[in-house]
Amino acid sequence: MGPVFRYWEEDEMKKVPCLEAIGVTKRFGGLFANDNIHFTVEEGEIVSIIGPNGAGKSTLFNCVTGFYHPNSGKITFMGKEITHYRADRICKMGVARTFQIVQIISDMSVLENVMTGALLRFNKIRPAIDKAEEVLTFTGLIEKKELLSTGLTIADKKRLEVSMALATQPKLLMLDESMAGLTRVELQGMIDLIKRIRKNGVTLVVVEHVMEAVMEISDRVIVLNSGRKIMEGSPQEVVVNKEVIQAYLGEKYNVVSS
Amino acid sequence: MADQLVQQIVNGLLIGFIYSLIAIGLTLIWGVMNIVNFAHGDFLMLGMFTSFWLYTLYGVDPLFSIPVCTALLFILGLLIYRFIVSKVMKGPMLAQLVVTFGVSIFLANLAVFLWSPDFRLIEKPLLHGTWDIGDIKLSIPKFVATIGSVIVSLFVFLFLRKTKTGKAILATEMDREAALLMGINTERINSISFALGSALVGIAGAFLSTYYYIYPQVGGTFGLIAFCVVALGGFGSIEGAFIAGIIVGLAQTLGGFFIDPAYKYAFVFLIYLITVWIRPQGLLGW
Amino acid sequence: MRNLTFKQISLCLIVLILVALFPLAFSKPFPQHVMILVFMFGMMAVAWNIMGGYAGMFSFGQVAFFGIGAYTSSFLLITYHVNPWLGLVVGGLIAALVAAAIGYPCSNLRGHYFAIASIAFGEIVRTHFNNWKLIGAAEGMTLPMMKESFENFMFHSSKLPYYYIMLAFLIISLIVCYFVATSKMGYYFRAIKESHDVAKVLGVNVVWYRLIAIMISAFLTAMAGTFYAQYVLYLDPESVLILPISVQVVLISMLGGAGSIMGPVIGAAILMPVSEITRVMLGHKGTGIDMLIYGALITLISVYQPKGVWGLFSGIGKRTK
Repeated sequence: MGPVFRYWEEDEMKKVPCLEAIGVTKRFGGLFANDNIHFTVEEGEIVSIIGPNGAGKSTLFNCVTGFYHPNSGKITFMGKEITHYRADRICKMGVARTFQIVQIISDMSVLENVMTGALLRFNKIRPAIDKAEEVLTFTGLIEKKELLSTGLTIADKKRLEVSMALATQPKLLMLDESMAGLTRVELQGMIDLIKRIRKNGVTLVVVEHVMEAVMEISDRVIVLNSGRKIMEGSPQEVVVNKEVIQAYLGEKYNVVSS
Repeated sequence: MADQLVQQIVNGLLIGFIYSLIAIGLTLIWGVMNIVNFAHGDFLMLGMFTSFWLYTLYGVDPLFSIPVCTALLFILGLLIYRFIVSKVMKGPMLAQLVVTFGVSIFLANLAVFLWSPDFRLIEKPLLHGTWDIGDIKLSIPKFVATIGSVIVSLFVFLFLRKTKTGKAILATEMDREAALLMGINTERINSISFALGSALVGIAGAFLSTYYYIYPQVGGTFGLIAFCVVALGGFGSIEGAFIAGIIVGLAQTLGGFFIDPAYKYAFVFLIYLITVWIRPQGLLGW
Repeated sequence: MRNLTFKQISLCLIVLILVALFPLAFSKPFPQHVMILVFMFGMMAVAWNIMGGYAGMFSFGQVAFFGIGAYTSSFLLITYHVNPWLGLVVGGLIAALVAAAIGYPCSNLRGHYFAIASIAFGEIVRTHFNNWKLIGAAEGMTLPMMKESFENFMFHSSKLPYYYIMLAFLIISLIVCYFVATSKMGYYFRAIKESHDVAKVLGVNVVWYRLIAIMISAFLTAMAGTFYAQYVLYLDPESVLILPISVQVVLISMLGGAGSIMGPVIGAAILMPVSEITRVMLGHKGTGIDMLIYGALITLISVYQPKGVWGLFSGIGKRTK
């Protein structure tokens, strides 16, 4: 049993969904990056969001986590509305995220990076160090804690970014393409990590391209294409859905039902 | 009163087009390699001195010294890029900011050392005198300098849009990575842009020398004003720099006229601040 | 709090003792004056470093806070006979307020854009003070000659009291920097320096912390300004509000090592003696050679050792301070 990341008491389990997006729309000029998107994530789930490039996955992430402001629609977290909230406030409330291009702090060691995340919940350095070491042990980076963050491999950098997010003790962790560029072995390591994170009480929403990972970790899959949600279901349902296949392969391909 | 207003508008336009030319050089450098050249004003100063010495020693009119100014400043720009700026590009942001300050201080004091801090003036350029249009006084050297600046700016537009190198520069400005993938030698584009930007401001110096005082510290204020113009026009936008130069020139003279001449440069700096606060991409920037 | 090692503490104490004994060994006014400049610019560089080296806001407008501090305490002294020590605090507070007022709209500016905004700010302040009759405009202000005493913050017979006061100010600024660097604030500043996105995603209120950095920096810089006024007894915009002072402060920090606590002090200890001595030896004829060397020096350091002296010692792996 690993460290518990929950900043709040266990008996706070309410009947509200962890995350809910209602009619979220985000326009850039005339382009609808997100067009009237609805979805719900229940506590304890791992939900994957997939879709071809340009489908609006990262835009949706940014809208949920406060980096973009949606033009219309509503987003709630644990029943509380968070639309238009500042990004750091949303993080304080318990939503952590990673980025498509890994964002870590270059002039700091691995430990210092994670400490910076941990400091969200502490005001003193000592408890932040303890928390950071706890998280690094959980994510398997503890041996490398004194290394400069820029010297890590890409897989370790991603792991570091996840560690930093976990150090903020989130209820919901949103991962943006954390499997991209990983070898087979590293991939399995990341999948295991995600499963362990869920076991410790954190809900996960994951944007992913690597289908094997999606199949293995997801309770549900949401499919976006050209800014719209085109399908939602179990991984098995989604992967044989005609519309989904066409979204990825284009209209030219005929879909042969299996 | 109305005459004085028109006079200020005329003055504003006259200086504005020169600001445009200076700013075009700066925005080119900024847009292509994302580095601020704090020595840009000192290149202007060198252009002015080149013109001055050619006039004083060989009797060459400033307008005819333009080819020499262009060549000299182009080479200087190449050298400074190759031996100083390119090395700092991979370094920390702080170093990139400070290095051109160093070059600026060096050049300004080199001028003091070589030519003393005295103020110089070109007494009688080829085209001199004043036109009287009603109650409006139009200084002929200023007018010629302005027209010259507009013509050079036009040449720059055409160069950037019609020639292969020019288009490569624009491409690198818009998306460096894409340009690289298209086979454009971005390092070469960097040096050409830096050299070209320096040459343009050298030409502006030649124009300015027909009526402005020439002294080692003259680059300081012009350099700072150029930043404001570039910001207002939009970093990297040549058309933006052109339009913004005129606006800043007018703001300077009209602000001085309506409020207080002592604050005329303060208005320009205020324009910079308001631009980056409200519309950071400037008028025409991306 | 980070624990200082025994080695670090004893090194600091040794340096402190040497510096404290310095004026007794070198009793001529010129060396003492050079050291006072080292302390004063050192303090301004430490103050700059808090917002620049740590939080990534590279300001080239520090001179505005220096001038605000100097003018505020002097104006209060001349016009309302306010004690300069009180004036010092008021000057610092006003500088901090002005810093917040200008810093807030600049909250999203980084890198070059912030740098130029800071220059614009400094120049606007200088232009304004040059035309503000209340504080003497371009003619400046002369401080009244008062009885020599600590309470009056004025000494005529010797530079020694000024020496120790400025040293104390420097030590205060270093202590502030130490507390900032080794606290939650320090980590948050460094996150902000890396990128606003990283900071936000870790729950940092970027605007708030940027303002704090700017305000602390402004307060300390203003303190140095008040000292200058009490030391030189004359102020005018062309002495206390000019861009070259801001550039010098940045350069000192870079030379010594921005982003470290002692770096700026090392930079001041190197640059001030060098610049004073070259100025005296080469500069008085007005040939510009001293400034030529200065400019070349800046360029070379930026290209070849941008991490400064401190960067030479703290290698790859772990930073110690």
